[in-house]
Amino acid sequence: MAGTIRVCDTCRFQSIAGAIAQANKGDTVLVYPGVYRESNIQVDKSLYVVGINYPRVDVQQQGYGFVLKGDSITLKGFEIYDVEQSYVKEYAAVLVRRCTTFVVEDLRIRRAFFGILAEKSSSGVIRDNRISGVYRTEADAGNGIHLWHCKHMRIEGNVVHHMRDGIYFEFVSRSVIEHNHSHDNVRYGLHFMFSNNDEYHDNIFERNGAGVAVMFSKYIHMRRNVFRDNWGVASYGLLLKEIYDATITDNHFIRNTIGINIDGSTRIRYERNLFQANGWAVRILGASYQNDFSENNFLHNTFDVAFSGRETTVRFVRNYWSDYTGYDLDRDGYGDVPYRPVKLFSYIVNQVPEAMVLLRSLFVGLINFSEKVSPVFTPDNLVDSKPAMRAYDIEVR
Amino acid sequence: MQLYKIVRYVIRDLLRSRWTYVYFAFYYLLGMVLLFINRDLSKAVITLMNIITILTPLIGTVFGVMYYYNSREFIQLLLAQPLRRDMLFSGQYIGVSLSLSLSLILGLGIPFSMYGVLYSGVIWDFAVLLVIGGFLTFIFVGLALVVALANDNRIKGFGYAIFLWLAFAVVYDGLFLLGLLYFRDYPLEKFALGGVLVNPIDLSRILILLKLDIAALMGFTGAVFKKVFGTSVGMIMAFGALLLWVWIPWQLMLWYARRKDF
Repeated sequence: MAGTIRVCDTCRFQSIAGAIAQANKGDTVLVYPGVYRESNIQVDKSLYVVGINYPRVDVQQQGYGFVLKGDSITLKGFEIYDVEQSYVKEYAAVLVRRCTTFVVEDLRIRRAFFGILAEKSSSGVIRDNRISGVYRTEADAGNGIHLWHCKHMRIEGNVVHHMRDGIYFEFVSRSVIEHNHSHDNVRYGLHFMFSNNDEYHDNIFERNGAGVAVMFSKYIHMRRNVFRDNWGVASYGLLLKEIYDATITDNHFIRNTIGINIDGSTRIRYERNLFQANGWAVRILGASYQNDFSENNFLHNTFDVAFSGRETTVRFVRNYWSDYTGYDLDRDGYGDVPYRPVKLFSYIVNQVPEAMVLLRSLFVGLINFSEKVSPVFTPDNLVDSKPAMRAYDIEVR
Repeated sequence: MQLYKIVRYVIRDLLRSRWTYVYFAFYYLLGMVLLFINRDLSKAVITLMNIITILTPLIGTVFGVMYYYNSREFIQLLLAQPLRRDMLFSGQYIGVSLSLSLSLILGLGIPFSMYGVLYSGVIWDFAVLLVIGGFLTFIFVGLALVVALANDNRIKGFGYAIFLWLAFAVVYDGLFLLGLLYFRDYPLEKFALGGVLVNPIDLSRILILLKLDIAALMGFTGAVFKKVFGTSVGMIMAFGALLLWVWIPWQLMLWYARRKDF
């Protein structure tokens, strides 16, 4: 029979750790409001550890908050703060180690070093947590939600800000990240490394130091995310590095220095995305093959596309370009003149970045125009042969 | 006191002339049309940037040369009076520049404030735009007066003045870009910065772009740009250079005026 054990000032148990030590498998540990000065609380059996009205766990800069180990563990409804900062160990408010089917839910984590750190775990849910750190430098901040060697995870509805990386995945497969809000982090809002077969959708990433990075991964699906205001000297909306077979659909890239930075990525489909008011909407570096852009809106970006290299298998078709000035005589909805998204000036800036000081000058307008009339320098095959005459109706969120 | 009197005479004279009103009407219509097409204030401000950096210098140049040649007799009459030459020419210069700047500020200010720029987020961008327009007017009227003083032949004077404008507006950028491309194997950041400071039109463009948040794109290029454009250093430097740009043609004009045998 599963029982209930209560923890409060006047209960039999005054400490969470003490209650857990006495609990049997399957029990519920109910923690009433109050301040609990405890750290490294081990939850090593199948339990429901539930806080009522966010009891406070003051870690007092002594290692971890909770340490979860085992299977079928639920941790819910606590406020955890003052996690120890270290340059040697990754102290987290909640450490999940070798767990299966766990739920970490509705936690308020403040002044965290790492927020929630999961290692070698599977089938877990990390849901509706609020995690924030103290703004520090990249070297001495930790990640909000950090997963390492996990699978079948679900990261849902979390709000993470002022950490190093908002959400970090390394060797994580078949997992879903959805409806999270990751903002004002020192480095990346979301960071993927060596993680295959994952998807993330309906997330908002804004004002992060370097945007979102997806690196060295295969079969990633990105849908309906918003990447905005990553506006700084080294910021990307989305950075793709060595990515294969991904789809990027229905996302918004608004006011980023670079909307998508594509480096060594192959077989990627970009559909129905909105690129608006970015410095560069899309910047394609070398060794990227079979990147297909179709039915995207490119609205008022300083540069639509920057491209380095000569040979390309990047394909643009049926996109809407706000700079397109062609006509549609046969009335099929697509312009009769191809659109060249790489302007001469964009090409020059790629060669000589310092030429940026001439941005929007009359001379640059003149050479862009003459290049448009008779292309000489910009790659011949980098054209949208069927530019759409009207912007696609991409719902604004 | 003398200076003030001359400035007043010049402005009064210009207020009687048709051209001040044409100039005012031009900017007024331009502002109206821009806002009618765009509807979006912030976008209209960007479009306006190109117009300000190219057209105000042109109009300043043409107007400055024209005014000098048309009022040559008046100037000669004044020269016969017990007036200091510095005062006389400074007065002329300030009078013309001031009335042109006023036409610009009123011509664009009225339509934009009718569309509510005063209560919008772009008020500061717009203000910077107008201030820079004013600066450019002063700079190019000064340059035009120098050219006019140096050439008694009207046609030649006009030609040189227009060429001067063309050089600053287009030719300089072309040569600059060629230089950048030619020396691309060398560190170019400081050269590029210097090159911008030397041309008042480029300088104004950069100043406006900095207000319009393109600083990040500039900063992306390298550390020096990041330091200059990412902080207020760039703004202060650029405004300093603009002030210097007003001062140099002015002094040059006075130097010519002092030596000229009328």
